[in-house]
Amino acid sequence: MSDLSSVLQQQVLDAYNHGTALAITGSGSKSFLGHAVAGQLMAVTGHRGIVEYDPRELVLTARSGTPLEEIEAALAEANQMLAFEPPHFGDAATLGGTIACGLSGPRRPYSGSARDFVLGCRMLNGRGELLRFGGQVMKNVAGYDVSRLMAGSYGTLGVLLDISLKVLPRPMASTTVVRECSATEAITGMSTLLGKPLPVDGACYHGEQLHIRLSGSEQAVKEARMKIPGEVQADADAFWQALREQQLPFFQKNDFPKSGTLYRVMVKPATPALNIAGSWLLDWGSAQRWLYSSEDAVTIRRRAEAVGGHVTVFRGGTASEIFQPLPAALMAMHQRIKASFDPNNIFNRGRLYPNL
Amino acid sequence: MPHAHPALIHALRGLLPPESVLTDQEDLRPFECDGLSVYRQLPLAVVLPETIEQVQRIMRLCHARQVPVVARGAGTGLSGGALPLANGVLLSLAKFKNILHIDPANALATVQPGVRNAAISQAAAAYGLYYAPDPSSQIACTIGGNVAENSGGVHCLKYGLTVHNILMLKVVTAEGELLSIGAETLDAPGYDLLALMTGSEGMLGIIVEVTVKLLAIPERAQVVLAAFDDVVKAGEAVGAIISAGIIPAGLEMMDKLAIRAAEDFVHAGYPREAEAILLCELDGTHAEVSEYIMLVRKILTGCGATEVRTAADEAERQLFWQGRKSAFPAVGRISPDYYCMDGTIPRRHLPHVLRRISELSEEYKLPVANVFHAGDGNLHPLILFDANQPGELQRTEELGRRILELCVEVGGTITGEHGVGIEKIDAMCSQFRSAELTQFHAVKAAFDPSGLLNPGKAVPTLHRCAEFGAMHVHHGQLAHPELERF
Repeated sequence: MSDLSSVLQQQVLDAYNHGTALAITGSGSKSFLGHAVAGQLMAVTGHRGIVEYDPRELVLTARSGTPLEEIEAALAEANQMLAFEPPHFGDAATLGGTIACGLSGPRRPYSGSARDFVLGCRMLNGRGELLRFGGQVMKNVAGYDVSRLMAGSYGTLGVLLDISLKVLPRPMASTTVVRECSATEAITGMSTLLGKPLPVDGACYHGEQLHIRLSGSEQAVKEARMKIPGEVQADADAFWQALREQQLPFFQKNDFPKSGTLYRVMVKPATPALNIAGSWLLDWGSAQRWLYSSEDAVTIRRRAEAVGGHVTVFRGGTASEIFQPLPAALMAMHQRIKASFDPNNIFNRGRLYPNL
Repeated sequence: MPHAHPALIHALRGLLPPESVLTDQEDLRPFECDGLSVYRQLPLAVVLPETIEQVQRIMRLCHARQVPVVARGAGTGLSGGALPLANGVLLSLAKFKNILHIDPANALATVQPGVRNAAISQAAAAYGLYYAPDPSSQIACTIGGNVAENSGGVHCLKYGLTVHNILMLKVVTAEGELLSIGAETLDAPGYDLLALMTGSEGMLGIIVEVTVKLLAIPERAQVVLAAFDDVVKAGEAVGAIISAGIIPAGLEMMDKLAIRAAEDFVHAGYPREAEAILLCELDGTHAEVSEYIMLVRKILTGCGATEVRTAADEAERQLFWQGRKSAFPAVGRISPDYYCMDGTIPRRHLPHVLRRISELSEEYKLPVANVFHAGDGNLHPLILFDANQPGELQRTEELGRRILELCVEVGGTITGEHGVGIEKIDAMCSQFRSAELTQFHAVKAAFDPSGLLNPGKAVPTLHRCAEFGAMHVHHGQLAHPELERF
């Protein structure tokens, strides 16, 4: 438990005054994501500890360097959870890195994303000013929603110090139903579920198996299970966790470049299977599709864009654009926003886009 | 720039059909205020474009002439966000009222900004889907305004605010450029501008198209009404329900004055003698709702409810809600005027905040009726007053400001869902320090460098805060000693 706000603030002030590039770093569990950042290491792992947690309020506030594991353990004690099921991608993953990367797990389409659960933050902007946005309440429309803007900005706008999150009760019961089917059938099946009043909170198609997770009250799960064809999956918790952490056998072929590149392909869930050579795993009810392919990023992006999607180069690969390139006007807007927070361009230069 | 008017109006007439540019006083009158009618102002002109290209042309013209523009949806806002400017153009999106596309397979709908909130759910119902955020004004308010204000409603504890239920926006910038923000997919590359745009009160861009997320209509919804002889007990019951692991679809609270006003108005069957009532709505599958109702009834009784009633049928459920949703007009019947506050607090401070509100109410000799979105700590204290009594409006505003300061003091916010607009612009000075306000202005400038979109709303200038005298003092030092103070 220690509050290093003033130490970190001094570091940013120095960098601001000297125009020094800073590479903001938590545990490094997600350093494989985005472009590599050159710059003076700015470690936030020492700035840690849960600042406030009252289960009745459904709000938890913690310092950015707090290990995700510590937060999840505290929540579990009160039978609560981070409903966006953040991937850790490493034992020491921190809250700050989780929010900065804006990653969410299998429950995302049904409960919301990392940014959806952000209620407020304390942060340092590029002038070394300590700022507080949002708060510890569910509803707050005073000022622009800067704390949610921080989610997924990969540390390019500021250093997160404390983050307040909405948390939720763990479901009283959960069961996973699994059956064998074709990809086409799975895509239709998963998107049809969006229109059904069933307590679905996970849907994944992997190795010709469709996994549907149902969570809620005992009765709700029991009732819903009868409406979903298939067998009850025995090791369901382990399966969803391995999916979230990319530890399923599907993800264990990171022998780049031989294995191809791992792409994250985002499409509307009902989009038919894309005609791109490689191996696929469909998560998020088929809205987030993982692809190992040797095709180049440009070709894959073109196919995804044609159906309103976008693509991230997730692991491996040599693409010059890791995240989907933005239209010129939108990129210009990004640059102005970046400059409004970080006028001397000191934070995580180029992590998200080479010119940001 | 008085000489610019005829030329500007002439130029606007060149862009739009004659009936879409209003300049006569009598035509401008309906646009002089929004739902907060204590502030009124006639604009230079009202324009009613009906295509995105027309909006772009208007913005380019106004940008070239450096004329400010205020966007307006249905005008139901409660913070004066759509209050016109005397030297500005009011851009009404009333003609953008088409539902462009409903995509049931992907559970989304693309609509124009002037589509009414309730109309989206009505159209989606054919597919078993609906749009979740339901502000009380949902039969009149429009989706464009909902996005601008990040509107909530009675179901946002479970289903979230507008920001959680939209996917994509088309926005025209101050310079007339058309941007697509967000995506039809669950996330979009780059910064989360969708979050920034939602609740930005018309300060960052003109919203010309909205893609919303749709949800499956729950199989069943049921509401339980509980009466308490003590407001504090009712507050504790709220925490107890949530601690039990239940997230109700809605969890609302009303105090005695509000209960009586609502009961006299719509005869919802509320217990007139109760000090507080809770309305707890559960939704989900049939069996799930039955299971939760039993649990909730037990918790409410355990927390000392004097009466616990489950709505006998759908008609009674609707009636219970009608009482709550009519609380504002009901209070309007018992007082010549009322002023609605919108603070949010961490729920555990509810007893303290209620006690302070009642003390303040006595101090200012103005009755206060309390209506809360109790589940998420969003308070709507309604201050009863008579604007025709000299000094009463002033006293009311001061009492309101004290209530908001109280919310900030306990770690809450000055506005949960109604927005800052012009109304709470000074209260912003108590919630934010100068560095944060400066950052807000810098964000605004990234979108709108000339400051032409709804200037003077939502974020106060440092000068204004200094004048207001509420600048925070840190370590005995004023943040900006160089500024003049009055």
